[in-house]
Amino acid sequence: MSRDMSYEAVMGRRNEIMKKAVGIDYSTFESGSIAFDYERMMKETGYTLEEMQKIQGDTGVGNTPIFELKNLTTLARKVAPEGKGARIFIKDEAGNPSGSFKARRAANAVYHAKKLGYKGVIAATSGNYGAAVASQAAIHGLKCIIVQECYDSKGVGQPEIVEKARKCEAFGAEVVQLTVGPELFYTFLQLLEETEYFNASLYTPFGIAGVETLGYELAIQMRERVGKDPDVVVCTNAGGGNLTGTARGLQKAGAENTEVVGASVSLTGLHMASDGQFNKKSFTTGHTGFGIPFATWPDRSDVPRSAARPLRYMDRYLTVTQGEVFYMTEALAQIEGLERGPAGNTSLAVAFTIAQQLDEDKIIVVQETEYTGAGKHIQPQLSFARDNGIEIKFGNPRDEVPGENIIFPEHPSMIEAQELDLNKVRKSLVKNALKNFNTTAPSADDIAFLAEDIKAEEAFVKEAIKDLTK
Amino acid sequence: MVLSLKANKGDWVNVYNVVFTPDERAPQVPEDTKKVPLEMWVRGFLTHDANLNDEVEVKTLTGRLVTGKMVEIAPAYPHTFGKHVPEIMEIGKQLRSILFGGDC
Repeated sequence: MSRDMSYEAVMGRRNEIMKKAVGIDYSTFESGSIAFDYERMMKETGYTLEEMQKIQGDTGVGNTPIFELKNLTTLARKVAPEGKGARIFIKDEAGNPSGSFKARRAANAVYHAKKLGYKGVIAATSGNYGAAVASQAAIHGLKCIIVQECYDSKGVGQPEIVEKARKCEAFGAEVVQLTVGPELFYTFLQLLEETEYFNASLYTPFGIAGVETLGYELAIQMRERVGKDPDVVVCTNAGGGNLTGTARGLQKAGAENTEVVGASVSLTGLHMASDGQFNKKSFTTGHTGFGIPFATWPDRSDVPRSAARPLRYMDRYLTVTQGEVFYMTEALAQIEGLERGPAGNTSLAVAFTIAQQLDEDKIIVVQETEYTGAGKHIQPQLSFARDNGIEIKFGNPRDEVPGENIIFPEHPSMIEAQELDLNKVRKSLVKNALKNFNTTAPSADDIAFLAEDIKAEEAFVKEAIKDLTK
Repeated sequence: MVLSLKANKGDWVNVYNVVFTPDERAPQVPEDTKKVPLEMWVRGFLTHDANLNDEVEVKTLTGRLVTGKMVEIAPAYPHTFGKHVPEIMEIGKQLRSILFGGDC
């Protein structure tokens, strides 16, 4: 008997397919309402830090170097008020086998898939994670399918995503490419059902815990290097896993006083599922189009309960423009001799702003870089933007309108990451929780859970609920 | 160069399918996306001789058998470092001048 493959039927089988494909019964951590046992989920289904270091080390992942960006620090001091200009360091995650920190997430997920006896792994991603899963699958001898949202309806592909397809195939993976639309998830479920492969989701406990080694390593390296914990660690934020894992790793290293800052490229005004706007944006990840929705509702991901919960750990959240990030990417090459991919430099642009706010003896660490190459580089991405009618010019970054122009700052002093009102973002999560669980009167457990989920006091949650249900 | 219109069994080709026609698209899709189909491309080795635009069967890198319209024979990666963007050149000049002085 053939199965019903209509959109509704396949989406209706979602939970059943996922349970089989990730090997986690999420219901055991559920309370029946908003609250669930996050820490128990991380503990029972994840790996210890030592286990992860071993798993990653065995496949060449991790232990990436940290470089001090001395010229960039000098530049920040030249444009900062007297006495300000913290030292900026960068962790060169491009040195991982697949060229980004995503290798850490993939290493755990693919190891776990192999341990559970799956014949292959599937991931739905247009970004570095696809290459990371493909690379790890190659090492472990598993089959691999990467599902990408790649083209608009004219068949024009984002150069960065086309490059990612090449890299996945270079590691022996099958790449399934789609036009724009959220029904990518349908194709993904259909492939999981057909192949019975493991869902190497970005949002499982193993994936997120895989990033903990990054935060841990970073703290240890900085203690050896400068004799103290970093004052600030900046993480590019999209789905939330990078920040969540890094912050958890910092905590495991005992770096209690390190401030964790989220950074996203502002793509305000562009709809992520719009065919017409797909090729009007020059960043395919690390942007607010993912960063805000996932921060304010982590469980929109492809697993019932996401292990990536950035608001639990975030102390500040800043946005930068596409032009500012491209400018910093070029600066990294021109004055630091490091040519790296643009998306990973989102946090660098934010760090440049924060450095100017802090005293000269403070330490800021940008916790990632990514590889660069044809398609995935400032030059092809800007050339592509211009071909798509985007105006590229020098000016005031504050005048940038995503989808219309990309503005390089006329002078580095004009780079100024914008602070988001984190309390507003936190309130949005509370609002989404009430909406998704269809309640106006959450239990005491729910309130305690929400307070932890947004790193706030219970009184803040109660006040937010009062405002929302007025 | 004249592109071949014929492919042989075992050739690496790109096949195309429509996953959803515009009227089958999910309800949450924005208006402009709803006007166009959801399209899919998968590459694989042809399991039989065929002509361009034929409905064919391929074996993918994971060994899946996929049918669809053969839209490309020997697909290559089209991405490059793009065209010259003159504005990029200005950034390094400016930064070196601020940091190291001179009219570099």
